[in-house]
Amino acid sequence: MTDADWISSMLTAAKPQAVAALLRNFRDLDLAEEAFQEACLRALKAWPKNGPPRDAAAWLIMVGRNAAIDTVRRQARLQPLPPEELISDLADAETAVADQIDEADYRDDILRLLFICCHPGLPATQQIALALRIVSGLSVKQIARAFLVSEAAMEQRITRAKGRVAAAQIPFETPGAVERSERIAAVAAMIYLVFNEGYTTRVAEQGARAALCEEAIRLSRLLLRLFPTEPEIMGLAALLMLQHARAPARFDGRGHVVLLDDQDRTLWHGRLIAEGLALIDKAVRHGSPGPYQVQAAIAALHARAARAEDTDWLEIDLLYGTLERLQPSPVVSLNRAVAVAKVRGPADALAIIEPLANKLDGFFYFHGARGAFLLQLGRAEEARVEFDRAIALANTPAEAAHIREQLDRLAVSAHSGGAPSAAEKTA
Amino acid sequence: MQYAILCYHDEKVTSAWSKEHDDAVMAKLGAIRERLERQGKLGPVARLLPTTAATTLRKDREPPLVIDGPFAETKEQLLGFYIVDCTGLDEAINVAKELGQANPGGAYEIRPVGVFFPGKAAR
Repeated sequence: MTDADWISSMLTAAKPQAVAALLRNFRDLDLAEEAFQEACLRALKAWPKNGPPRDAAAWLIMVGRNAAIDTVRRQARLQPLPPEELISDLADAETAVADQIDEADYRDDILRLLFICCHPGLPATQQIALALRIVSGLSVKQIARAFLVSEAAMEQRITRAKGRVAAAQIPFETPGAVERSERIAAVAAMIYLVFNEGYTTRVAEQGARAALCEEAIRLSRLLLRLFPTEPEIMGLAALLMLQHARAPARFDGRGHVVLLDDQDRTLWHGRLIAEGLALIDKAVRHGSPGPYQVQAAIAALHARAARAEDTDWLEIDLLYGTLERLQPSPVVSLNRAVAVAKVRGPADALAIIEPLANKLDGFFYFHGARGAFLLQLGRAEEARVEFDRAIALANTPAEAAHIREQLDRLAVSAHSGGAPSAAEKTA
Repeated sequence: MQYAILCYHDEKVTSAWSKEHDDAVMAKLGAIRERLERQGKLGPVARLLPTTAATTLRKDREPPLVIDGPFAETKEQLLGFYIVDCTGLDEAINVAKELGQANPGGAYEIRPVGVFFPGKAAR
């Protein structure tokens, strides 16, 4: 392992804690971030020589704090102190800071830092960009690449988001129990957004976007370490892991979507699946189901099936039914219809989605699924119309290509007389 | 004499490793593991899932208390471990409870195993 490798993973690991503590100190996001950056630069110089500090976060907080005080002094046109003098007996100071670090304080510091990124005034894309900028180990360049925008545009987006957050004045007092649980829920939703941003690949840039999924998983583990008894956080982490575990099988060599039914399950990431299953197992024991847990339980049923035909669709249908009650949405009903098609056949599935036509008319998956059900019922002409709509609405070339394949098969079967089987929409 | 080598590291750091980095570390360890295995020196090896997947059974009270999260006390020391093959967490907790009845006091941390090599060294 090179110096750069271990230092970079230590810096990434310490970042949320360090920036959160610096934010508490300076109550200014920009200053906290600059202080952290400065501390990182000094770490890159000092650590290869002196070896890693006992507590990397404490070291970075200490050095960052001094650097920022320096900046503030300079801005106030005061005589700056030489940094050597400021950090001369760092070893002692580091111990002192490390001793002062109370996990409970840290918990609320980091939660606040994450919560700041979820300000309701921020559009989702700004929330995600800000969260990644502030707590992830990704550079602006990497974030920009994942969003398919230029580095300058991403810088601008982050600056705008910071401006709005600064104006919002999020209080620094330790939150009460109700406020804390509201913050946790908002942060969980933000982490899920980060994940989805990575999961919904708009291009073949799978590598850059997978980084977003991995960051989201890291954030969910961080949140879970802070709040180890929250079943919904276990559910969130499990959901992200179980979904991301399928990533290596989601696209074929040409970049086309491979549907869940057709995926090579031996490519699935076994260790992530094991961790996701362990977490959902833990969450279920609490007997307090929530939307993330139910979705994770559905993902777990897919993960447990060694072959597509072993999938417990009956249980998945029931779980989607629970999800419909917990979090009613036409998209959830659409997903349940896919399970119903497997358990009770396409006619029942079609009956479920017919009433959704108004709400989901602009939704790619709706027309894809409707087309597939119609096709299974032998109503090829109607199916063709639905597939055409789906192609027009496709979000990615991969989605359009998948529907086109269905249409091609339809054309073939029109000659041969047989109907191709419809596959589940999720990949 | 058999020795257990217990692996400690900061989870925040290891979970910040990229997949490539993780794979590289595992490949290097794998080479050593294979050599030890050829020499007949290697017993079971396990890589545990993160502590966020852990559950702790406090068996210093009756009934024992099941809590989420890893064993966090520092006044007690690691004395040994079992590896059990169970259908899920409920069964693992039941096994731990049974062991706890035979030996009350202290705690068991129940941590799922991510990677397991049985090893061949036996006596």
